[in-house]
Amino acid sequence: MLRLENICWNTPDGVGILNDLNLTVPDGKLVVITGPNGGGKTTLAKIIAGLYQQDSGKIYLDDQDITSLDITERAKLGISFAFQQPVRFKGITVKKLLELSAGEQISEDKMCDILSKVGLCAREYINREVNATLSGGEIKRIEIATVIARHSKLSVFDEPEAGIDLWSFTNLIHTFEEMRRNMNGTIIIISHQERILQIADEIAVVADGKIKSSGSTNTMMDKLLGGSEKTAKCSKQEELF
Amino acid sequence: MNDITKDLLKQISEWDGSFQGAYNIRENGQCAGRMSSKNIQIESKKDQPGLEIFIAPNTKGETVSIPACVTHGDVDDLVYNDFYVGENADVTIVAGCGIHTETGEPARHNGIHRFFLAKNSKVKYLEKHIGTGHGTGLRSIDPVTTAELEENAVLEMDTAQIGGVDKTIRKTEAVLGAGARLLIRERILTEKEQTAVTDFKVEMNGDNSGVDLISRSVAKDNSHQSYHSVIIGNAKCTGHSECDAIISENGQVDAAPELHARNNDAALIHEAAIGKIAGEQILKLMTLGLSEHDAEATIIDGFLS
Repeated sequence: MLRLENICWNTPDGVGILNDLNLTVPDGKLVVITGPNGGGKTTLAKIIAGLYQQDSGKIYLDDQDITSLDITERAKLGISFAFQQPVRFKGITVKKLLELSAGEQISEDKMCDILSKVGLCAREYINREVNATLSGGEIKRIEIATVIARHSKLSVFDEPEAGIDLWSFTNLIHTFEEMRRNMNGTIIIISHQERILQIADEIAVVADGKIKSSGSTNTMMDKLLGGSEKTAKCSKQEELF
Repeated sequence: MNDITKDLLKQISEWDGSFQGAYNIRENGQCAGRMSSKNIQIESKKDQPGLEIFIAPNTKGETVSIPACVTHGDVDDLVYNDFYVGENADVTIVAGCGIHTETGEPARHNGIHRFFLAKNSKVKYLEKHIGTGHGTGLRSIDPVTTAELEENAVLEMDTAQIGGVDKTIRKTEAVLGAGARLLIRERILTEKEQTAVTDFKVEMNGDNSGVDLISRSVAKDNSHQSYHSVIIGNAKCTGHSECDAIISENGQVDAAPELHARNNDAALIHEAAIGKIAGEQILKLMTLGLSEHDAEATIIDGFLS
């Protein structure tokens, strides 16, 4: 279980982004964190992974206080993070990156299995460098594959749908559903997309640096689409915020 | 052959106690072993130190290894090696160099290689340079390479300086005939107070010739690297040079690619990028469980691989 208590975070020039935020994420659940732009969702995700250090507050993973642990230590405890805007590496192949992710050598069949989950044909990609020759959509899918390869206790995806085409987006939904079915771990997805919200076990809305509301998907979808959390209704493929 | 040479050979070549195919091992300016094959003849030069290597026409899939090792200080080795590659041959040449010193005296190897590629021949040239030992003497390797490529010949050069060389000046010049292709992939790592200068000059004189020159370098600590390339298109041709460098600590890199189009159908491109490792790259690898130090090392290893 992940527990965040009284988390505050300000930008270096003093703008408050998270303000006394509290959140509990149960084990084995798929939780989607949504909310308006600028509300603090990505900051929250980065604080969970250790990419940002909160100004105050505590973070617990399975009742262990991980507040002061750095990125590497949190990764070793089983926290993974997929960046919204993945970086590229000249000279590092897809195979190498996935093996770094898994912490071991991976067979070609296993590589195929991981990459097919994000809609890529392994044999076309494993020896390619993770560099500018890959499109934005390809690099994004590889980023997601690095998290899948880790089989983490807690996987955090920051807007995984950004930069992914419609066909791949459908596959991505299936991938998250499969991850939920087959992995014992917990999944947190930062997203605006209604289809991603629909597959969640729980939804939390972050706005103005706080958890404005949270609950089961059924309850929260009614609220979100009914207008109590949003002023206008969205069509199915639209973003909710 | 002494133990230091054996250790250097393992690092600069595929040597595992023996070589596949023809070879000549140079140790402190002397021949420490030689074998020719039916298709590849290795002979000593008559007028100066070095070798003449004759690769028969139509030789396919063979390798010739000519590593050179300097195993102590106070050695200034100069060697002239000429490679004559026959028509339609397709071979691999391995020509690494290792220098070692445990004293305050300098150790230097200066290899001057000339390649003559006949029509339709193809050569893959592998060259690894390394310096080892705890001595304070300057370890320097100053290779000079010239190549003449006849019609449709292909020369693929993969060169790497993988550490420990205090000073290097690397000069490469090539002249390309019609349809000839030159591919150069260079990787250089410098650290501490080391310096490296690389200088390329390629003239494309034949129609449909092409050069692709890719240099990747990492300058750490107080080291300094200088990259200069000149690509001259005298015919309908394509030329591309790319210099990518990572700098860390006080490392410095100068890059000066030059293009000279002397024909209306010459298409020439150069790219140069110098900068430190992007912080996001390190963060990504840390989220995979690597320490900051290991993340940086992984990025550099990949960049130079």
